[in-house]
Amino acid sequence: MDGLQHVLDTFFDLPLIFGTLPSLLREGLLNTLLLTVLASVIGLIIGVALASGLMSRHRLLRLPCRWYVDVLRGLPHILSIYLIGQGLPLAGITVFGSWTYGYAALAIGLMEGAYMAEIFRSGFQSVEKGIVEAARSLGLSRARTMRLIVIPIGFRRVLPALTGQFILVIKSTALVYLLGLATGQREMFAIAQDSSSNNASLSPLVAAGLLYLVITVPLTYVVNAWDRRMREGRPAVALPPVEAAA
Amino acid sequence: MTTMTRAGTTVRFEHIDKSFGDHQVLHDIVLAAPGGATTCVVGPSGSGKSTLLRCANLLEVPSAGRVLIGEEAITDPGADVDRIRTRVGMVFQNFHLFPHHTVLHNVTLAQQKVLGRSRDEAVRIARSHLASVGLARLEDRRPEQLSGGQQQRVAIARALAMDPEVMLFDEATSALDPELVKGVLAVMRDLAGRGMTMIVVTHEMRFAREVAQQVVFLDQGRLLESAHPTEFFDSPRTDRLRSFLKQVL
Repeated sequence: MDGLQHVLDTFFDLPLIFGTLPSLLREGLLNTLLLTVLASVIGLIIGVALASGLMSRHRLLRLPCRWYVDVLRGLPHILSIYLIGQGLPLAGITVFGSWTYGYAALAIGLMEGAYMAEIFRSGFQSVEKGIVEAARSLGLSRARTMRLIVIPIGFRRVLPALTGQFILVIKSTALVYLLGLATGQREMFAIAQDSSSNNASLSPLVAAGLLYLVITVPLTYVVNAWDRRMREGRPAVALPPVEAAA
Repeated sequence: MTTMTRAGTTVRFEHIDKSFGDHQVLHDIVLAAPGGATTCVVGPSGSGKSTLLRCANLLEVPSAGRVLIGEEAITDPGADVDRIRTRVGMVFQNFHLFPHHTVLHNVTLAQQKVLGRSRDEAVRIARSHLASVGLARLEDRRPEQLSGGQQQRVAIARALAMDPEVMLFDEATSALDPELVKGVLAVMRDLAGRGMTMIVVTHEMRFAREVAQQVVFLDQGRLLESAHPTEFFDSPRTDRLRSFLKQVL
């Protein structure tokens, strides 16, 4: 019985869990979502730019993009967050001043950009050659065809995969505690970890884990349903008879 | 059709060669598709018909030779290909509508972005062309909500809305169910009757006989015969065309 009680105290200390929840929700959840959104926006912009570069006919443009993607996808996240999040201010590149959040979001965004680039590239390249040719035959330039046709179609096709990546960004935000966030800037993991250290119990981390699951599990199901719908097509909708309407 | 076409733009293929790697698919093609007339290109699968057609708007770049749209050579280095393409509409076998846009937006997009027409003007012109192909009531639909025949008619309206001088049809009815072919051919017939310069790659021999002023036979990348349909179908000069016609008629 003592063994079981010890396990419960370590992981499921309910008073501690409920005691930590308010700050997890009020401060941690808000900061986690803010970091996720900032990093995702940075990742999206970098991802689209890199994907366009990866598909370029010009080697000088294509190769640096390929190297970027290979390097950032090949490094452990923890190392990239250290190198970018702490490295930039140390190297005197203080674009965000002392706003740790900015560096944290940039670090995750730069990493996610590499992953998103490959998602976007697959989406853009999935656009049928015939659709591109139809656009070009109407006199649209290569750049306009890319902007008006390929990117919008490709973007829709990779939305499920992008949402999946968004879930990974949520989880990646837990790593920014490494950068030493000030009180009020802490995301869910940082708050839970501080509480765990102060109370010699992992229960606050369990509480944080539950909150992560509350966000990520429904999103995962949404992504799966979305993906299924994209692959199988939309459910039939009642429309007037096709030839009769013509 | 509600739009007056500018008849008279001749398309000339001058000694066109085209190779894909080591495989030469077109051999020294010399052909003039007269302005205001319909030229049908027929031949067995793999004979180079579509490749020749795609050379006309440079979707395929010839390995040798020149293509002239009127007096303007689209193949010349420095030619403003995007601008010349607005003079040459093209309809594809598989429609290739933009799936993320409604029918109306499919027909207005290039008008606005390429020709610089205002939204109102582009919509007015689009509606007129959609009505002329019998699709006035479907402008808010997405391509996926249309039948193949309807999609192809939208593709024709999209090309016509650019006021092209020449229309290229690449097996425009091949992907359609037989009952939908008729509607598309009727639109093409109407267009031919109004004096649009048309080059039509087709397996529809009846259409070629009834509508074309010139029928061209390609076999293994070589232009073997070119004649008025009566002569082409009733008095073929080569054994190869005779044997081809025997199989398809």
